[in-house]
Amino acid sequence: MRKALEGSQALAQTVALCRPQVVAAYPITPQTHIVENIAKLVANGKMDCELVSVESEFSAASLVLGAACAGSRTYTASASQGILLMSEVLYNIAGLRVPMVMTCANRAISAPLSIWNDQQDSMAVRDAGWIQLYCADNQEAVDTTIQAYRISEKTELPVMVCVDGFTLTHTLEPIDIPEQEMVDQYLPAFKFSRMLDPRNPTSIGTLVSPDFYSEARHSHHHALLDAADEIIAADNDWEKLSGRSAGGLLAVDGPDDARIGILTLGSVYGTLSAARDEYPELPATSLLKLRAYRPFPADALRIACQGLTDLIVLERALSPGYGGIVAAEVHAALATGTAKPRIHSFAVGLGGRDIPLDIYRQLHERIKVAEPAPFAIIDVRLERLPVEDFGIDLTTTDASNG
Amino acid sequence: MNSKNVPVTIEELRRKQPRFEGIESGHRACLGCGEALAARLVTEASGPDVMIANATGCLEIFTTPWPESSWRLPWMHSLFENTGAIAAGMESALKAQGKNTKVLAFGGDGATFDIGFQALSGMLERGHNVLYVCFDNEAYMNTGIQRSSSTPHAAMTTTSPPGSERMGKRHLKKDILSIVAAHHIPYAATSSVAYPSDIRMKVRRAMEIEGPTFLQIHSPCPLGWGHDGADSIKVARLAVQTGLFPIIELERSVLIGSMPIRHPKPVIDYLGLQQRFRHLFNKKDSRAIEELVHIQALADHNIKHYNLRGEGVDTMDSDGADTVRRGGMRWA
Repeated sequence: MRKALEGSQALAQTVALCRPQVVAAYPITPQTHIVENIAKLVANGKMDCELVSVESEFSAASLVLGAACAGSRTYTASASQGILLMSEVLYNIAGLRVPMVMTCANRAISAPLSIWNDQQDSMAVRDAGWIQLYCADNQEAVDTTIQAYRISEKTELPVMVCVDGFTLTHTLEPIDIPEQEMVDQYLPAFKFSRMLDPRNPTSIGTLVSPDFYSEARHSHHHALLDAADEIIAADNDWEKLSGRSAGGLLAVDGPDDARIGILTLGSVYGTLSAARDEYPELPATSLLKLRAYRPFPADALRIACQGLTDLIVLERALSPGYGGIVAAEVHAALATGTAKPRIHSFAVGLGGRDIPLDIYRQLHERIKVAEPAPFAIIDVRLERLPVEDFGIDLTTTDASNG
Repeated sequence: MNSKNVPVTIEELRRKQPRFEGIESGHRACLGCGEALAARLVTEASGPDVMIANATGCLEIFTTPWPESSWRLPWMHSLFENTGAIAAGMESALKAQGKNTKVLAFGGDGATFDIGFQALSGMLERGHNVLYVCFDNEAYMNTGIQRSSSTPHAAMTTTSPPGSERMGKRHLKKDILSIVAAHHIPYAATSSVAYPSDIRMKVRRAMEIEGPTFLQIHSPCPLGWGHDGADSIKVARLAVQTGLFPIIELERSVLIGSMPIRHPKPVIDYLGLQQRFRHLFNKKDSRAIEELVHIQALADHNIKHYNLRGEGVDTMDSDGADTVRRGGMRWA
């Protein structure tokens, strides 16, 4: 049934449908509403779980790790500094190959301090060994959270569901919250194959010498690559039940004759989709929604880029001193195969900077160049920076951000 | 052993000896490792229906070199600083599943006093049903003897070396038991590997309590303290007999018991056995005697503060409690 819900409220209700036995909660904007809503569900007897309000994100991640190893389905959510604080645990969870689901309510990283949205936090833990799925809207966040449990428990890998902070978490949308029966049918009861049990004692998290470490990393890497099939299967099966797909690994939307593509992660997809309708006079454009960032769907990307002359990679994070993080991987993926679009790399919407519909027109303008320009952050107002940063007084020249 | 002096039969002793060992022999601890012995004694007393969260450290390293493991218990190591939270998570899961398996958390002094202190405090505050055992060997031994907040005053470590400007560690040993007890948990106690029956008794007591409990076990490290491996028990016993390591019990932060010292020994008896204090015995260094006086004063303070001076002969005092034979029986 479709209800007008705030993203966080919808996520809390969805998590309840997945029946986690242990939930760790720690407040951080913009994730807080999720655990607050879970706490309300628990307080009102609508959700049966051990809700533990821990003393840090480090302990939130650790607590769900201990609980999962003891055999319980778990949930936690975090953002920004919280993701960074728990990053050591995130690597540990993935290395131990323990299934669990967490929501990252994407937010910028300090300094400078910003509570607003970008995706630097989840990008910072890109290499932790988690599956990362990005959601374009709140319905996708709901559907992806349910799918994430199935993917995680089948692959024995943790899944991070990335949901843009504020843009999604604090936005009211009509959302279909599935029936409990449907979720129960889709998601079997949790059973962790290596669960700790006094009747069958095992040791988890042992020391390995150089004789075994490479093998463990190899195994982990391939488990993530293999998870691609499970991500697709989970989405297909959910579509059969609910009638909705969340986009598999990489969803492409646009006319067959499109020569320009724009690749995004998360909610920017919605902005671009609306903008495309707003500017029908601009050249036909395909929108590529990168849903699975880890595992990285290189094959699907190469197929999606067939026929494109220009691919714009628009991301909400960067690697200072290099440029676009996702763009670098797109470059690498397209180094092989026959699809050879020119790749344009931009960061946008950093620290909550608004992304107007006009971005779509601006992007089309920016790619009218003989050679793709180097990576740039869009909408930088140089006049807001001190003169010392540039050695020129912008108030007396008409220099622009190029 | 002269059985004529023993008020029980050999059969009875055999029957009463522990039947369960949670840690198998063959692990890679150093000779005379106090921590290995203490951990074995804890698991003997806890029995098999437990689940262990173990912090990074010697105990984790020497028991689980993949693909081997010494543990006969479900055991998990995650990280250095999160053992309290891992244990809390296990306990929450077991509670949700309706199981009564007791969760044990094991950490060294670095993992407990320092880096894992926050997670421990959170676990205690939230009342998780976990017995947290700190194997206190008074420095970061696994990384090669660096000072921790548990290292006693004036001890030499690689990061608190004595020299022309320093006499070993400048600061005092952190009073972790008081801090832990200040969470008003049901039970917090100290013990020592020199007193196996005391460890067993306290573990059994903690096992019966529903809620967070804490046990700090003084565990000599021959390598880090610089004494012969064969002297571990002697050294541990002297720490108690001098008053430097009081054996006490607190319930809801109130002192309810202590092990009386029958014949208090001077601290030099304890310090003199250990290389980590050798700079205090340099007769040409006037600072040395000053530090010895200081350390004796710390011991005297403990004896007074916890009222440790025994009266006469007591089977439970510092001389009686260690004449324990197998099975946890005691006699003076």
